[in-house]
Amino acid sequence: MNDHATAVETPKEPREVMEYDVVVVGAGPAGLACALRLKQLDADLMVAVIEKASEIGAHILSGAVIEPQPLDELVPGWREAPPPICVPVTGDEFWLLGKESKRKLPTPPQQNNHGNFIVSLGATCQWLAEHAEAAGVDIFPGFAASGIRFTEDGAVGGVIIGDMGVARDGAHKDSYVQGIEIHAKVTVLGEGCRGHLSKQLIRHFGLDADSDPQTYAIGMKELWKVKPGKAKPGLVQHSIGWPLDNATYGGSFIYHLDEDRIAVGYVVALDYADPDFVPFEAFQQFKHHPMVRELLDGGEIISSGARALVEGGYQSLPKTEMPGAVLIGDSAGLVNVPKIKGTHQALRSGMLAAEHIRDKGVAEGFDAALRDSAVVAELRKVRNIRPGFNKGLWRGLLTAAIETVTGGALPRTLSNHADHEELEKRAGYHAPDRAWVDRDLPPRDRLASVYFAATEHDEDQPVHLQILEPDVCTTRCTEEYGNPCTRFCPAHVYEMVPDGEGQRLQINAANCVHCKTCDIKDPYQIINWVTPEGGSGPNYQNL
Amino acid sequence: MNKILILAEHDGTTLNPGTAKAVSCAAAITGHGGGDIDLIVLGDGIDAVAAQAAAIDGVNAVLATNAPHLAAPLAANHGPELAAAADGYTHVLAPSSTYGKDVLPHAAALKGVNPLSDIMAVDGERRFKRPIYAGNAIVDVTVPEGSLVMGTSRSASWPAAGDGGSASVTTREAACAPAEHTRYVGVETSGGDRPDLQTASVVVSGGRALGSAENFEIVYDLADALGAGVGASRAAVDAGYVPNDMQVGQTGKIIAPDLYLAFGISGAIQHLTGIKDAGTIVAVNKDADAPIFEIADIGLVGDLFTIIPELKAQLS
Amino acid sequence: MKILVGIKRAVDYNVRIRVRSDGSGVETDGVKMSINPFDEIALEEALRIREAGKADEVIVVSIGGNEVQQQLRTGLAMGADRAIQVDTADTLQPLTVAKVFVALAEREGAGLVFLGKQAIDDDSNQVGQMTAALWGRPQATFASKVVIDGDSATVTREVDAGLETIEIDLPAVITSDLRLNEPRFVKLPDIMKAKRKPLDVIALDELGGHAGVAPEAGHHAPPAPRGGGIIVEDTAALVAELKNRGLV
Repeated sequence: MNDHATAVETPKEPREVMEYDVVVVGAGPAGLACALRLKQLDADLMVAVIEKASEIGAHILSGAVIEPQPLDELVPGWREAPPPICVPVTGDEFWLLGKESKRKLPTPPQQNNHGNFIVSLGATCQWLAEHAEAAGVDIFPGFAASGIRFTEDGAVGGVIIGDMGVARDGAHKDSYVQGIEIHAKVTVLGEGCRGHLSKQLIRHFGLDADSDPQTYAIGMKELWKVKPGKAKPGLVQHSIGWPLDNATYGGSFIYHLDEDRIAVGYVVALDYADPDFVPFEAFQQFKHHPMVRELLDGGEIISSGARALVEGGYQSLPKTEMPGAVLIGDSAGLVNVPKIKGTHQALRSGMLAAEHIRDKGVAEGFDAALRDSAVVAELRKVRNIRPGFNKGLWRGLLTAAIETVTGGALPRTLSNHADHEELEKRAGYHAPDRAWVDRDLPPRDRLASVYFAATEHDEDQPVHLQILEPDVCTTRCTEEYGNPCTRFCPAHVYEMVPDGEGQRLQINAANCVHCKTCDIKDPYQIINWVTPEGGSGPNYQNL
Repeated sequence: MNKILILAEHDGTTLNPGTAKAVSCAAAITGHGGGDIDLIVLGDGIDAVAAQAAAIDGVNAVLATNAPHLAAPLAANHGPELAAAADGYTHVLAPSSTYGKDVLPHAAALKGVNPLSDIMAVDGERRFKRPIYAGNAIVDVTVPEGSLVMGTSRSASWPAAGDGGSASVTTREAACAPAEHTRYVGVETSGGDRPDLQTASVVVSGGRALGSAENFEIVYDLADALGAGVGASRAAVDAGYVPNDMQVGQTGKIIAPDLYLAFGISGAIQHLTGIKDAGTIVAVNKDADAPIFEIADIGLVGDLFTIIPELKAQLS
Repeated sequence: MKILVGIKRAVDYNVRIRVRSDGSGVETDGVKMSINPFDEIALEEALRIREAGKADEVIVVSIGGNEVQQQLRTGLAMGADRAIQVDTADTLQPLTVAKVFVALAEREGAGLVFLGKQAIDDDSNQVGQMTAALWGRPQATFASKVVIDGDSATVTREVDAGLETIEIDLPAVITSDLRLNEPRFVKLPDIMKAKRKPLDVIALDELGGHAGVAPEAGHHAPPAPRGGGIIVEDTAALVAELKNRGLV
């Protein structure tokens, strides 16, 4: 393995081993769909799901408007006993915002949500996990799959659970418990966007040799309780424009739930160029646009969080199989960006993986099956829309129109570039005039936002944000980019603090909400996100 | 007509201030429906304590029960004694100290009563407010008619009653036999020169603005001059100025001193969570826009390196 | 010796508590629930006592509907030998809970009832004391150190004055304070083993049902926001203000 991989030391005592037919890493929609489907197809299969969050759904953050068709197949009759938050979509609005203006645009056809549902994906995963457990799946929240177990012939043979009770300096505390190995015939990686095992395995097996680099965005979301009467349950609103400049891809979502609740969020593509850009600030600015402010005024923020998402689509899809393991959901990168949806793709890919594993008993052949399926067909059709925006908002909208009319049939495929290479150096870069406003809606700052994410890490554990070349931070990075980690992180993890004559990087690892933005956007690619102690991280409620 | 009995707390020679605070709580009850307030002192050789109790404003009578087995504050002996003394009373209160919380529920069980912990407000003879979920919610509770009211009064919520009273002191014989199954060994008072952060009535706290572990010394100096405990913000802990166990806030200690002095602490919401129940919050910060000023009772905008020595000089 | 450990299902300590807008209580929908942290400490201590050879069996007890089985299974995964669910749909008052523990202690012949000093939801801090009173056995609340020695125990208690030591005869009730120990992490294979450990369900009525008069909980409100403070000009004004308010 290359030097970016997590080194798992050979333990002094052999690790305890549990044997399963299939181990799934990550209890998101993809992983849970895969596990449940496996048990539906063959109740005798032994299936485990490992989840690093303290409970199912606590690390899940999404809009989320979902297409229900895969659920109809996976959980027949689900509409009679739906997840706790599940509001049928009643209308779509698409807005172009100026600083104080708004103009309603025709809703792009991909964003027509008739028949779809607004859900909390976290609550939905909890609900799905109950179905999976009832079907006999062993689900283990609070345990982090921190390493890969390779078999003697070099195939993936399961995962290694992280040790618990390790002090910051690496010493074993009284509470130390060695993590076990889970051996499995097939390992299913459903870690979501930029999963840290998936990242290692994509490198190790060169799974991205024939694809464009993956591209990403950061999504930030808050759940609000607004004044009675302000929420219109089922209304789906999206916007583009202010506060982003035309060169930066992104936009907002406002989903109106029941019980006076509103999910408000903002997504910014991580190929932005401005080294001084603060995505969190863009989100907060958006909330102060007159249209949004009117909605939130007098309300109360309930929870908040952030998570990176994949945007690369068809061109960036890596090979999704390797000896002993498959990638599903956002570990593979299956979001349909023009639809602003990935959950249906995650569910479908998980179910497809289950069917493949049941039929073939091995990972081999899954990539072809996935590419032959509706999952990839849907990505192929819209493949040029997102890269069309690389030339700015107006060119992007034009490309989107052309590609939509032709259904993606034009014989061209626009390419993707790695996000971290798109950041401009400070010297010579002129940031657009953002004319941002004073704000007063909570949260005041990123630290306050973290409070609403209820994130928690035992502070006496090794820092899980590894800086591979620490010298770069205080020398080249300070000069060239002015330490953008202090700005792109939505959780105020990175801080440059005075240290004698100069300054040093302080990593407030306990604030981390596991969004993975730092691992993606750092221009030198020297931040390596690894799993902290199992059960650490945000405790999202209904995000 | 209310008849209220309060369990006095003492160390054998001196009355604990929580007792006079419980009298204020009781006075709030009699303020709604009239009535008398009696104190009961349990111990051995406690004449001096009984005299102090009799001097509390608003007290009608002091019942002094002396017995060798009551010398130590054991719930196994004090609980049954309090239960036995409760006959004829409408309310029985105790301070919400570790002593009161140990003894009163024991007595309540013997009386078949569900007690109320941490009474913070009195809305009527039988209507009270108490905090739940670590003070994140305040609930109204009503004790149905006919039932004895038993509860502890939350010290931070009540001022101490004055000491101009002259109640009668009556000797009351111990009613219960000693419990043989529980034996008192002793108490080791908190060692060290500085009060414990968690129980100190005054806490001095420093933030990252202190700049270094060496500079943090002035915080200790002021604390020692005031007899205060010392705390810190997470930023100061993370910067390595002080050890982790001094951290006040969401991921550190939740404290409720009578007086909290915050120096160079910006007031992140995580920190404020840890001090929301403090009696009075004083904030000193260079940045007039620091969020801590929004919740401070007394704010002073300025340089802590000037202000701390001035304060020390003027207060000691 | 058998040790009975009470574990209450409570809102997790990481959850930000929100009072419902209609004042009927706090929001518990979709909220993470865990073993009350003080109870987890009590269980850890009970397990250590058993592991030191001073007890034979640790029984975890929780009161509530089937949802409490989740916490009981966690207790079993930590190492308890078996579990008892006292089944009821009602929210119980401390007096009833204490009677349940007395009834179970007598039924099981327990040598120790180990509880948390308080639950972090209602913050009552009463059940241990009330159990001891009704049972007529010693109580050692706020324990920060427990040494079992044959038929008696020496317990260090965290009291306001410092660390108090008492000696108690068993059987007895002990309630744990925060510094008693640091609970262990659950091991993954133990979660599977816990699924096969016995979990008995006993109806509340079988243990005596409700007891005492329940205070009626009415309106819930968030704490009054702080604010409305004053800004003083200089140190002298600050000192004057502190003296004026009787704070120094």
